[in-house]
Amino acid sequence: MIQLSAAATPDTGDTAWLLTSAALVLLMVPGLALFYGGMVRVKSVLNMMMMVFGALAVVMVVWLLLGYSLAFGDDLGGGLLGSPAQYVGLSSLVKEQAGATDQMVFAAFQGLFGAITVGLIAGAIADRVRFGTWLVFSALWTLLVYAPVAHWIFYAGDASHAGGWMLDHLGALDFAGGTAVEINSGAAGLAAAIVLGQRLGFGKDPMKPHNLTLTMIGAGLLWFGWFGFNAGSALAANHTAAVVFVNTLMAGCSGLLAWSLVEKARDGHATSFGAASGVVAGLVAITPSCGAVSPIGATLIGVVAGAVCAVAVGWKHRFGYDDSLDVVGVHLVGGLVGTLLIGLLANADVVGVDGLLYGGGLDQLGRQAVAASATFCFSLAMTALLVWALDRTLGFRVAADDEALGVDLVIHAEAAYDLHPTGGARPHLGHGSGTLHL
Amino acid sequence: MKLVTAVIKPHKWEDVRAALETIGITGMTVSEVSGYGRQKGHTEVYRGAEYDITLVPKIRIEILVDEDDVEPVIDTVVKAAQTGKIGDGKVWVSPIESVVRVRTGDRDEAAI
Repeated sequence: MIQLSAAATPDTGDTAWLLTSAALVLLMVPGLALFYGGMVRVKSVLNMMMMVFGALAVVMVVWLLLGYSLAFGDDLGGGLLGSPAQYVGLSSLVKEQAGATDQMVFAAFQGLFGAITVGLIAGAIADRVRFGTWLVFSALWTLLVYAPVAHWIFYAGDASHAGGWMLDHLGALDFAGGTAVEINSGAAGLAAAIVLGQRLGFGKDPMKPHNLTLTMIGAGLLWFGWFGFNAGSALAANHTAAVVFVNTLMAGCSGLLAWSLVEKARDGHATSFGAASGVVAGLVAITPSCGAVSPIGATLIGVVAGAVCAVAVGWKHRFGYDDSLDVVGVHLVGGLVGTLLIGLLANADVVGVDGLLYGGGLDQLGRQAVAASATFCFSLAMTALLVWALDRTLGFRVAADDEALGVDLVIHAEAAYDLHPTGGARPHLGHGSGTLHL
Repeated sequence: MKLVTAVIKPHKWEDVRAALETIGITGMTVSEVSGYGRQKGHTEVYRGAEYDITLVPKIRIEILVDEDDVEPVIDTVVKAAQTGKIGDGKVWVSPIESVVRVRTGDRDEAAI
Protein backbone atom coordinates (compact mmCIF):
# COMPACT_ATOMS: atom_id res chain seq x y z
CA MET A 1 0.00 0.00 0.00
CA ILE A 2 0.81 3.65 0.29
CA GLN A 3 2.51 5.44 -2.51
CA LEU A 4 2.92 9.05 -1.50
CA SER A 5 4.00 10.07 -4.96
CA ALA A 6 4.93 13.59 -5.94
CA ALA A 7 1.79 14.70 -7.75
CA ALA A 8 0.77 18.32 -7.24
CA THR A 9 -2.09 18.25 -4.74
CA PRO A 10 -4.42 15.46 -3.66
CA ASP A 11 -7.44 14.63 -5.80
CA THR A 12 -10.58 15.66 -3.92
CA GLY A 13 -12.34 12.39 -4.73
CA ASP A 14 -9.45 10.43 -3.23
CA THR A 15 -9.48 12.64 -0.17
CA ALA A 16 -13.23 12.15 0.20
CA TRP A 17 -12.80 8.37 0.13
CA LEU A 18 -9.95 8.48 2.62
CA LEU A 19 -11.94 10.68 5.00
CA THR A 20 -14.82 8.22 4.73
CA SER A 21 -12.49 5.27 5.21
CA ALA A 22 -10.94 6.77 8.33
CA ALA A 23 -14.42 7.21 9.81
CA LEU A 24 -15.23 3.60 8.85
CA VAL A 25 -12.12 2.39 10.67
CA LEU A 26 -13.23 4.38 13.71
CA LEU A 27 -16.53 2.46 13.59
CA MET A 28 -14.51 -0.72 14.07
CA VAL A 29 -13.76 0.43 17.63
CA PRO A 30 -17.34 0.14 18.92
CA GLY A 31 -17.61 -2.90 16.65
CA LEU A 32 -14.71 -4.55 18.44
CA ALA A 33 -16.05 -3.44 21.82
CA LEU A 34 -19.37 -5.18 21.09
CA PHE A 35 -17.70 -8.21 19.51
CA TYR A 36 -15.51 -8.72 22.58
CA GLY A 37 -18.06 -7.40 25.08
CA GLY A 38 -20.53 -10.14 24.20
CA MET A 39 -17.89 -12.83 24.64
CA VAL A 40 -16.92 -12.10 28.23
CA ARG A 41 -18.85 -12.98 31.35
CA VAL A 42 -21.43 -10.56 32.69
CA LYS A 43 -19.04 -9.24 35.34
CA SER A 44 -16.46 -7.93 32.83
CA VAL A 45 -18.49 -6.49 29.94
CA LEU A 46 -17.93 -2.82 30.62
CA ASN A 47 -14.27 -3.28 31.41
CA MET A 48 -13.78 -5.10 28.11
CA MET A 49 -15.47 -2.28 26.23
CA MET A 50 -13.50 0.30 28.19
CA MET A 51 -10.23 -1.40 27.33
CA VAL A 52 -11.07 -1.04 23.64
CA PHE A 53 -12.33 2.55 23.88
CA GLY A 54 -9.51 3.48 26.27
CA ALA A 55 -6.93 2.13 23.84
CA LEU A 56 -8.41 4.31 21.10
CA ALA A 57 -8.09 7.45 23.19
CA VAL A 58 -4.54 6.76 24.34
CA VAL A 59 -3.24 5.52 21.01
CA MET A 60 -4.52 8.53 19.09
CA VAL A 61 -2.94 11.03 21.49
CA VAL A 62 0.37 9.17 21.43
CA TRP A 63 0.12 8.89 17.66
CA LEU A 64 -0.38 12.63 17.31
CA LEU A 65 2.60 13.41 19.50
CA LEU A 66 5.13 10.82 18.41
CA GLY A 67 3.74 7.65 16.88
CA TYR A 68 3.05 9.01 13.41
CA SER A 69 6.59 10.37 13.14
CA LEU A 70 8.11 7.04 14.20
CA ALA A 71 6.00 5.18 11.66
CA PHE A 72 5.93 7.61 8.75
CA GLY A 73 8.74 10.06 9.37
CA ASP A 74 11.77 10.02 7.06
CA ASP A 75 13.63 6.77 7.49
CA LEU A 76 16.51 6.94 9.95
CA GLY A 77 18.34 4.11 8.18
CA GLY A 78 17.82 0.53 7.18
CA GLY A 79 14.07 0.95 6.90
CA LEU A 80 13.72 0.37 10.63
CA LEU A 81 12.23 3.53 12.09
CA GLY A 82 11.01 7.00 11.13
CA SER A 83 12.40 10.31 12.30
CA PRO A 84 10.75 10.86 15.70
CA ALA A 85 10.48 14.65 15.71
CA GLN A 86 9.28 15.17 12.17
CA TYR A 87 5.53 15.33 12.63
CA VAL A 88 5.18 16.12 16.33
CA GLY A 89 1.62 17.29 16.88
CA LEU A 90 1.06 16.94 13.11
CA SER A 91 1.86 20.65 13.03
CA SER A 92 3.87 20.43 9.85
CA LEU A 93 0.87 18.93 8.05
CA VAL A 94 -1.54 21.74 8.80
CA LYS A 95 -0.55 23.43 5.55
CA GLU A 96 -1.51 21.30 2.57
CA GLN A 97 1.39 19.18 1.38
CA ALA A 98 2.20 18.29 -2.20
CA GLY A 99 1.54 14.67 -3.13
CA ALA A 100 -1.17 12.30 -4.23
CA THR A 101 -2.58 11.76 -0.73
CA ASP A 102 -3.76 14.29 1.81
CA GLN A 103 -1.30 13.66 4.62
CA MET A 104 -3.47 15.00 7.42
CA VAL A 105 -6.24 12.48 6.86
CA PHE A 106 -3.61 9.84 6.09
CA ALA A 107 -2.10 10.40 9.54
CA ALA A 108 -5.50 9.97 11.20
CA PHE A 109 -6.32 6.92 9.07
CA GLN A 110 -3.05 5.24 10.01
CA GLY A 111 -3.41 6.16 13.68
CA LEU A 112 -6.79 4.44 13.79
CA PHE A 113 -5.10 1.27 12.51
CA GLY A 114 -2.88 1.42 15.56
CA ALA A 115 -5.87 1.98 17.83
CA ILE A 116 -7.64 -1.11 16.51
CA THR A 117 -4.46 -3.15 16.78
CA VAL A 118 -4.02 -2.31 20.45
CA GLY A 119 -7.72 -2.88 21.11
CA LEU A 120 -7.41 -6.39 19.69
CA ILE A 121 -4.76 -7.30 22.26
CA ALA A 122 -7.24 -6.57 25.07
CA GLY A 123 -9.15 -9.72 24.17
CA ALA A 124 -6.23 -11.92 25.17
CA ILE A 125 -6.13 -10.62 28.75
CA ALA A 126 -9.84 -10.03 29.42
CA ASP A 127 -11.31 -10.17 32.92
CA ARG A 128 -8.08 -9.73 34.86
CA VAL A 129 -6.01 -6.58 34.31
CA ARG A 130 -5.78 -3.14 35.89
CA PHE A 131 -7.22 -0.42 33.69
CA GLY A 132 -4.58 2.20 34.39
CA THR A 133 -1.77 -0.18 33.56
CA TRP A 134 -3.60 -1.18 30.39
CA LEU A 135 -3.65 2.47 29.27
CA VAL A 136 0.07 2.83 29.98
CA PHE A 137 0.67 -0.40 28.07
CA SER A 138 -1.38 0.95 25.14
CA ALA A 139 0.79 4.06 24.92
CA LEU A 140 4.11 2.26 25.20
CA TRP A 141 3.16 -0.60 22.90
CA THR A 142 2.09 1.88 20.22
CA LEU A 143 5.50 3.54 20.29
CA LEU A 144 7.71 0.51 20.89
CA VAL A 145 5.95 -2.13 18.81
CA TYR A 146 3.22 -0.81 16.54
CA ALA A 147 4.99 2.23 15.10
CA PRO A 148 8.18 0.33 14.15
CA VAL A 149 6.32 -2.51 12.46
CA ALA A 150 4.07 -0.04 10.66
CA HIS A 151 7.22 1.70 9.43
CA TRP A 152 8.67 -1.58 8.19
CA ILE A 153 5.66 -2.47 6.06
CA PHE A 154 3.67 0.73 5.38
CA TYR A 155 6.32 3.43 4.94
CA ALA A 156 7.00 3.73 1.22
CA GLY A 157 9.84 6.24 1.32
CA ASP A 158 10.39 8.91 -1.28
CA ALA A 159 13.02 10.06 -3.76
CA SER A 160 15.59 10.72 -1.05
CA HIS A 161 14.57 8.14 1.59
CA ALA A 162 14.34 4.38 1.40
CA GLY A 163 11.06 2.78 2.49
CA GLY A 164 10.45 0.35 5.34
CA TRP A 165 12.64 -2.74 5.16
CA MET A 166 9.85 -5.29 4.75
CA LEU A 167 8.16 -3.25 2.02
CA ASP A 168 11.15 -1.83 0.19
CA HIS A 169 14.15 -4.13 0.81
CA LEU A 170 12.32 -7.41 1.27
CA GLY A 171 9.45 -6.83 -1.13
CA ALA A 172 6.80 -8.39 1.07
CA LEU A 173 3.19 -7.70 0.12
CA ASP A 174 0.84 -6.54 2.86
CA PHE A 175 -1.95 -4.32 1.65
CA ALA A 176 -3.67 -3.34 4.89
CA GLY A 177 -1.84 -4.88 7.82
CA GLY A 178 -1.61 -8.68 7.99
CA THR A 179 1.75 -8.08 9.65
CA ALA A 180 1.46 -4.74 11.45
CA VAL A 181 -2.12 -5.28 12.63
CA GLU A 182 -3.02 -8.96 12.69
CA ILE A 183 0.18 -10.95 13.35
CA ASN A 184 1.37 -8.10 15.55
CA SER A 185 -1.71 -8.04 17.77
CA GLY A 186 -1.95 -11.83 17.82
CA ALA A 187 1.68 -12.33 18.88
CA ALA A 188 1.27 -9.57 21.47
CA GLY A 189 -1.87 -11.23 22.79
CA LEU A 190 -0.02 -14.53 23.10
CA ALA A 191 2.85 -12.91 24.97
CA ALA A 192 0.57 -10.96 27.30
CA ALA A 193 -1.61 -13.99 28.05
CA ILE A 194 1.44 -16.11 28.87
CA VAL A 195 3.19 -13.49 31.01
CA LEU A 196 0.06 -12.52 32.95
CA GLY A 197 -1.14 -16.08 33.37
CA GLN A 198 -4.51 -17.77 33.35
CA ARG A 199 -7.68 -16.32 34.78
CA LEU A 200 -8.85 -17.78 38.09
CA GLY A 201 -10.70 -20.99 37.33
CA PHE A 202 -9.55 -21.26 33.71
CA GLY A 203 -10.43 -24.70 32.39
CA LYS A 204 -12.58 -25.37 35.46
CA ASP A 205 -15.21 -22.67 35.84
CA PRO A 206 -17.63 -21.95 33.02
CA MET A 207 -16.42 -18.94 31.00
CA LYS A 208 -18.98 -18.91 28.25
CA PRO A 209 -19.93 -15.75 26.36
CA HIS A 210 -22.67 -13.82 28.13
CA ASN A 211 -24.39 -12.24 25.12
CA LEU A 212 -23.73 -13.45 21.60
CA THR A 213 -26.23 -10.97 20.20
CA LEU A 214 -23.71 -8.24 20.98
CA THR A 215 -20.99 -10.33 19.38
CA MET A 216 -22.99 -10.73 16.16
CA ILE A 217 -23.69 -7.00 15.98
CA GLY A 218 -20.04 -6.33 16.68
CA ALA A 219 -18.96 -8.66 13.88
CA GLY A 220 -21.31 -6.85 11.51
CA LEU A 221 -19.94 -3.44 12.46
CA LEU A 222 -16.37 -4.71 12.15
CA TRP A 223 -17.13 -6.03 8.68
CA PHE A 224 -18.65 -2.71 7.61
CA GLY A 225 -15.68 -0.81 9.01
CA TRP A 226 -13.28 -3.24 7.36
CA PHE A 227 -14.19 -1.79 3.96
CA GLY A 228 -12.58 1.43 5.14
CA PHE A 229 -9.64 -0.50 6.54
CA ASN A 230 -8.96 -2.45 3.35
CA ALA A 231 -10.44 -0.50 0.46
CA GLY A 232 -9.35 2.73 2.16
CA SER A 233 -5.78 1.43 2.07
CA ALA A 234 -5.85 1.96 -1.69
CA LEU A 235 -5.66 5.63 -0.62
CA ALA A 236 -7.69 6.49 -3.70
CA ALA A 237 -11.22 6.12 -5.00
CA ASN A 238 -10.09 3.92 -7.85
CA HIS A 239 -10.25 0.45 -9.37
CA THR A 240 -7.79 -1.00 -6.84
CA ALA A 241 -10.17 0.05 -4.09
CA ALA A 242 -13.00 -1.67 -5.99
CA VAL A 243 -11.10 -4.96 -6.29
CA VAL A 244 -10.13 -4.79 -2.64
CA PHE A 245 -13.73 -4.06 -1.68
CA VAL A 246 -15.01 -7.16 -3.46
CA ASN A 247 -12.21 -9.30 -2.03
CA THR A 248 -13.06 -8.09 1.47
CA LEU A 249 -16.71 -8.97 0.94
CA MET A 250 -15.92 -12.43 -0.42
CA ALA A 251 -13.43 -13.43 2.28
CA GLY A 252 -15.86 -12.54 5.07
CA CYS A 253 -18.56 -14.67 3.45
CA SER A 254 -16.36 -17.67 2.77
CA GLY A 255 -14.84 -17.41 6.25
CA LEU A 256 -18.32 -17.65 7.77
CA LEU A 257 -19.18 -20.69 5.65
CA ALA A 258 -15.91 -22.51 6.34
CA TRP A 259 -15.97 -22.00 10.12
CA SER A 260 -19.62 -23.09 10.24
CA LEU A 261 -18.91 -26.23 8.22
CA VAL A 262 -16.01 -27.20 10.48
CA GLU A 263 -18.26 -26.76 13.52
CA LYS A 264 -21.12 -28.71 12.00
CA ALA A 265 -18.81 -31.58 11.13
CA ARG A 266 -16.87 -31.56 14.41
CA ASP A 267 -19.37 -30.45 17.07
CA GLY A 268 -22.68 -31.20 15.39
CA HIS A 269 -23.92 -27.60 15.35
CA ALA A 270 -23.24 -24.49 13.31
CA THR A 271 -23.18 -21.79 15.99
CA SER A 272 -23.76 -18.05 15.77
CA PHE A 273 -20.49 -17.54 17.63
CA GLY A 274 -18.74 -19.60 14.99
CA ALA A 275 -20.37 -17.62 12.19
CA ALA A 276 -19.30 -14.29 13.72
CA SER A 277 -15.81 -15.66 14.29
CA GLY A 278 -15.63 -17.01 10.75
CA VAL A 279 -16.44 -13.62 9.28
CA VAL A 280 -13.67 -12.03 11.31
CA ALA A 281 -11.18 -14.82 10.52
CA GLY A 282 -11.84 -14.36 6.80
CA LEU A 283 -11.47 -10.59 7.10
CA VAL A 284 -8.24 -10.93 9.07
CA ALA A 285 -6.73 -13.14 6.38
CA ILE A 286 -7.85 -10.93 3.50
CA THR A 287 -6.38 -7.82 5.18
CA PRO A 288 -2.84 -8.37 3.85
CA SER A 289 -3.96 -10.13 0.69
CA CYS A 290 -6.90 -8.02 -0.50
CA GLY A 291 -4.68 -6.06 -2.88
CA ALA A 292 -2.87 -9.07 -4.26
CA VAL A 293 -5.47 -11.65 -5.23
CA SER A 294 -8.51 -12.13 -7.46
CA PRO A 295 -12.00 -12.55 -5.97
CA ILE A 296 -11.58 -16.33 -6.39
CA GLY A 297 -8.30 -16.11 -4.48
CA ALA A 298 -10.01 -14.03 -1.79
CA THR A 299 -12.75 -16.62 -1.43
CA LEU A 300 -10.18 -19.38 -1.04
CA ILE A 301 -8.26 -17.37 1.54
CA GLY A 302 -11.48 -16.89 3.53
CA VAL A 303 -12.17 -20.62 3.38
CA VAL A 304 -8.70 -21.55 4.61
CA ALA A 305 -8.75 -18.91 7.35
CA GLY A 306 -12.24 -19.85 8.53
CA ALA A 307 -11.37 -23.54 8.71
CA VAL A 308 -7.89 -23.19 10.21
CA CYS A 309 -8.92 -20.60 12.81
CA ALA A 310 -11.91 -22.75 13.84
CA VAL A 311 -9.37 -25.39 14.82
CA ALA A 312 -6.75 -22.96 16.16
CA VAL A 313 -9.05 -21.52 18.84
CA GLY A 314 -8.84 -24.88 20.58
CA TRP A 315 -5.08 -24.77 21.01
CA LYS A 316 -5.23 -22.64 24.16
CA HIS A 317 -6.98 -25.47 25.98
CA ARG A 318 -4.32 -27.94 24.85
CA PHE A 319 -1.32 -25.73 25.65
CA GLY A 320 -2.78 -23.89 28.62
CA TYR A 321 -2.32 -20.23 27.67
CA ASP A 322 -5.45 -18.30 28.59
CA ASP A 323 -5.94 -16.18 25.47
CA SER A 324 -9.40 -15.31 26.73
CA LEU A 325 -11.14 -14.23 23.52
CA ASP A 326 -8.91 -16.03 21.00
CA VAL A 327 -6.76 -13.22 19.69
CA VAL A 328 -4.15 -15.86 18.86
CA GLY A 329 -6.54 -18.29 17.23
CA VAL A 330 -8.18 -15.65 15.05
CA HIS A 331 -5.74 -12.77 14.54
CA LEU A 332 -2.34 -14.40 14.76
CA VAL A 333 -3.35 -17.52 12.87
CA GLY A 334 -5.64 -15.68 10.44
CA GLY A 335 -2.94 -13.07 9.85
CA LEU A 336 -0.37 -15.78 9.13
CA VAL A 337 -2.78 -17.54 6.77
CA GLY A 338 -3.46 -14.36 4.80
CA THR A 339 0.13 -13.16 4.74
CA LEU A 340 1.51 -16.53 3.62
CA LEU A 341 -1.22 -17.34 1.10
CA ILE A 342 -0.20 -14.25 -0.87
CA GLY A 343 2.84 -16.35 -1.74
CA LEU A 344 0.54 -18.90 -3.34
CA LEU A 345 -2.34 -16.85 -4.67
CA ALA A 346 -0.84 -13.49 -5.70
CA ASN A 347 -2.15 -12.62 -9.13
CA ALA A 348 -0.06 -10.55 -11.53
CA ASP A 349 -3.20 -8.95 -12.98
CA VAL A 350 -3.92 -7.50 -9.55
CA VAL A 351 -0.53 -6.83 -8.02
CA GLY A 352 2.11 -7.40 -10.70
CA VAL A 353 3.52 -10.52 -9.04
CA ASP A 354 2.43 -14.13 -9.48
CA GLY A 355 2.33 -16.51 -6.54
CA LEU A 356 3.30 -20.18 -6.61
CA LEU A 357 -0.08 -21.39 -7.87
CA TYR A 358 0.03 -18.89 -10.73
CA GLY A 359 3.47 -20.10 -11.82
CA GLY A 360 5.42 -17.45 -9.97
CA GLY A 361 7.65 -19.85 -8.04
CA LEU A 362 8.55 -19.69 -4.37
CA ASP A 363 10.11 -16.22 -4.27
CA GLN A 364 7.09 -14.31 -3.02
CA LEU A 365 6.19 -17.01 -0.49
CA GLY A 366 9.70 -16.68 0.93
CA ARG A 367 9.34 -12.92 1.26
CA GLN A 368 5.98 -13.32 2.95
CA ALA A 369 7.40 -15.87 5.39
CA VAL A 370 10.27 -13.57 6.36
CA ALA A 371 7.91 -10.64 6.98
CA ALA A 372 5.50 -12.80 8.99
CA SER A 373 8.29 -14.34 11.10
CA ALA A 374 9.99 -11.02 11.76
CA THR A 375 6.75 -9.43 12.90
CA PHE A 376 5.86 -12.42 15.06
CA CYS A 377 9.24 -12.61 16.80
CA PHE A 378 9.59 -8.86 17.33
CA SER A 379 6.08 -8.47 18.71
CA LEU A 380 6.26 -11.56 20.92
CA ALA A 381 9.58 -10.59 22.49
CA MET A 382 8.88 -6.87 22.89
CA THR A 383 5.40 -7.42 24.29
CA ALA A 384 6.55 -10.08 26.75
CA LEU A 385 9.23 -7.71 28.00
CA LEU A 386 6.86 -4.75 28.23
CA VAL A 387 4.10 -6.66 30.02
CA TRP A 388 6.60 -8.19 32.43
CA ALA A 389 8.12 -4.78 33.19
CA LEU A 390 4.73 -3.16 33.75
CA ASP A 391 3.62 -6.02 35.98
CA ARG A 392 6.78 -5.62 38.06
CA THR A 393 6.44 -1.85 38.37
CA LEU A 394 2.81 -0.71 38.18
CA GLY A 395 1.20 -4.11 38.64
CA PHE A 396 -0.77 -5.41 35.68
CA ARG A 397 -3.15 -7.98 37.20
CA VAL A 398 -5.93 -7.19 39.63
CA ALA A 399 -5.98 -8.94 43.01
CA ALA A 400 -7.49 -12.42 43.05
CA ASP A 401 -10.48 -11.35 45.17
CA ASP A 402 -11.20 -8.48 42.80
CA GLU A 403 -10.97 -10.76 39.81
CA ALA A 404 -13.47 -13.13 41.43
CA LEU A 405 -15.82 -10.26 42.20
CA GLY A 406 -15.49 -8.90 38.67
CA VAL A 407 -13.56 -6.06 37.10
CA ASP A 408 -16.67 -4.05 36.14
CA LEU A 409 -17.54 -3.55 39.77
CA VAL A 410 -14.05 -3.31 41.21
CA ILE A 411 -12.43 -1.08 38.59
CA HIS A 412 -15.33 0.96 37.24
CA ALA A 413 -17.94 0.75 40.04
CA GLU A 414 -20.61 -0.14 37.49
CA ALA A 415 -22.71 -3.09 36.41
CA ALA A 416 -23.48 -3.68 32.73
CA TYR A 417 -27.06 -4.77 33.22
CA ASP A 418 -29.63 -3.72 35.77
CA LEU A 419 -32.49 -6.15 35.40
CA HIS A 420 -33.89 -5.74 38.90
CA PRO A 421 -37.23 -3.89 39.01
CA THR A 422 -36.11 -1.65 41.87
CA GLY A 423 -32.60 -1.23 40.54
CA GLY A 424 -31.59 -3.39 43.47
CA ALA A 425 -29.87 -0.44 45.05
CA ARG A 426 -30.43 2.46 47.39
CA PRO A 427 -29.03 5.73 46.07
CA HIS A 428 -27.03 8.02 48.29
CA LEU A 429 -25.37 11.34 47.64
CA GLY A 430 -21.71 11.11 46.78
CA HIS A 431 -19.10 12.97 44.82
CA GLY A 432 -20.49 14.91 41.89
CA SER A 433 -24.10 14.43 42.96
CA GLY A 434 -24.88 18.11 43.43
CA THR A 435 -27.75 18.04 40.94
CA LEU A 436 -29.20 14.75 42.15
CA HIS A 437 -32.30 15.43 44.24
CA LEU A 438 -33.57 12.42 46.13
CA MET B 1 -54.70 -22.55 55.05
CA LYS B 2 -52.17 -24.16 52.80
CA LEU B 3 -49.47 -23.06 50.42
CA VAL B 4 -49.43 -25.07 47.21
CA THR B 5 -46.07 -24.80 45.44
CA ALA B 6 -45.56 -26.18 41.97
CA VAL B 7 -42.39 -26.29 39.92
CA ILE B 8 -43.23 -26.89 36.27
CA LYS B 9 -41.82 -26.69 32.77
CA PRO B 10 -41.79 -23.09 31.53
CA HIS B 11 -43.76 -23.83 28.37
CA LYS B 12 -46.62 -25.38 30.44
CA TRP B 13 -47.13 -22.23 32.50
CA GLU B 14 -49.89 -20.74 30.34
CA ASP B 15 -51.81 -24.06 30.31
CA VAL B 16 -51.60 -24.27 34.09
CA ARG B 17 -52.68 -20.67 34.59
CA ALA B 18 -55.69 -21.09 32.29
CA ALA B 19 -56.73 -24.35 33.96
CA LEU B 20 -56.50 -22.82 37.43
CA GLU B 21 -58.62 -19.90 36.31
CA THR B 22 -61.45 -22.31 35.34
CA ILE B 23 -61.59 -23.57 38.96
CA GLY B 24 -61.61 -20.03 40.33
CA ILE B 25 -57.96 -19.53 41.22
CA THR B 26 -57.23 -16.01 40.08
CA GLY B 27 -54.03 -15.09 41.82
CA MET B 28 -50.63 -16.59 42.48
CA THR B 29 -46.94 -15.75 42.74
CA VAL B 30 -44.79 -16.88 39.83
CA SER B 31 -40.99 -17.00 39.74
CA GLU B 32 -38.43 -18.01 37.19
CA VAL B 33 -36.22 -20.57 38.87
CA SER B 34 -33.67 -23.15 37.90
CA GLY B 35 -32.68 -26.44 39.35
CA TYR B 36 -31.85 -30.00 38.57
CA GLY B 37 -33.16 -33.44 39.26
CA ARG B 38 -33.51 -36.54 37.18
CA GLN B 39 -33.86 -34.46 34.02
CA LYS B 40 -30.40 -34.05 32.52
CA GLY B 41 -29.29 -30.57 31.53
CA HIS B 42 -27.98 -29.84 28.07
CA THR B 43 -24.73 -29.19 26.25
CA GLU B 44 -23.69 -25.84 24.79
CA VAL B 45 -20.74 -25.34 22.44
CA TYR B 46 -18.74 -22.10 22.21
CA ARG B 47 -15.87 -22.06 19.71
CA GLY B 48 -15.62 -25.82 20.06
CA ALA B 49 -15.51 -25.80 23.87
CA GLU B 50 -18.40 -27.84 25.28
CA TYR B 51 -20.23 -26.81 28.44
CA ASP B 52 -22.54 -29.17 30.31
CA ILE B 53 -25.33 -26.97 31.59
CA THR B 54 -26.73 -28.82 34.61
CA LEU B 55 -29.30 -26.24 35.74
CA VAL B 56 -32.63 -26.46 33.93
CA PRO B 57 -34.95 -23.44 33.83
CA LYS B 58 -38.35 -23.93 35.52
CA ILE B 59 -41.36 -21.89 36.63
CA ARG B 60 -42.35 -21.93 40.30
CA ILE B 61 -45.97 -21.17 41.15
CA GLU B 62 -47.06 -20.42 44.72
CA ILE B 63 -50.76 -20.34 45.61
CA LEU B 64 -52.34 -19.70 49.02
CA VAL B 65 -55.57 -21.69 49.32
CA ASP B 66 -58.22 -22.80 51.80
CA GLU B 67 -58.05 -26.44 52.93
CA ASP B 68 -60.98 -27.35 50.65
CA ASP B 69 -59.25 -26.06 47.57
CA VAL B 70 -56.02 -28.00 48.04
CA GLU B 71 -56.99 -31.19 46.20
CA PRO B 72 -58.69 -29.48 43.21
CA VAL B 73 -55.69 -27.19 42.80
CA ILE B 74 -53.20 -30.08 42.92
CA ASP B 75 -55.25 -32.09 40.43
CA THR B 76 -55.58 -29.15 38.07
CA VAL B 77 -51.88 -28.28 38.13
CA VAL B 78 -50.78 -31.89 37.64
CA LYS B 79 -53.21 -32.44 34.78
CA ALA B 80 -52.27 -29.23 32.98
CA ALA B 81 -48.49 -29.48 33.49
CA GLN B 82 -48.09 -33.17 32.69
CA THR B 83 -46.28 -34.25 29.55
CA GLY B 84 -45.28 -37.70 30.84
CA LYS B 85 -41.59 -37.03 30.33
CA ILE B 86 -38.84 -36.62 32.92
CA GLY B 87 -38.64 -33.04 34.10
CA ASP B 88 -42.37 -32.30 34.41
CA GLY B 89 -41.73 -30.98 37.91
CA LYS B 90 -43.27 -31.38 41.36
CA VAL B 91 -46.14 -30.07 43.47
CA TRP B 92 -46.02 -29.87 47.24
CA VAL B 93 -48.27 -28.52 49.99
CA SER B 94 -47.22 -26.81 53.22
CA PRO B 95 -49.24 -25.59 56.19
CA ILE B 96 -49.53 -21.83 56.64
CA GLU B 97 -49.86 -20.20 60.05
CA SER B 98 -51.16 -16.82 59.13
CA VAL B 99 -51.92 -14.60 56.10
CA VAL B 100 -52.45 -10.81 55.99
CA ARG B 101 -53.77 -8.76 53.07
CA VAL B 102 -51.57 -5.68 52.95
CA ARG B 103 -54.23 -3.33 51.51
CA THR B 104 -56.87 -3.95 54.20
CA GLY B 105 -55.13 -5.69 57.03
CA ASP B 106 -57.60 -8.63 56.67
CA ARG B 107 -56.35 -11.81 58.33
CA ASP B 108 -56.22 -15.46 57.34
CA GLU B 109 -59.28 -16.86 55.41
CA ALA B 110 -60.47 -13.32 54.63
CA ALA B 111 -57.06 -12.52 53.14
CA ILE B 112 -56.95 -15.47 50.74
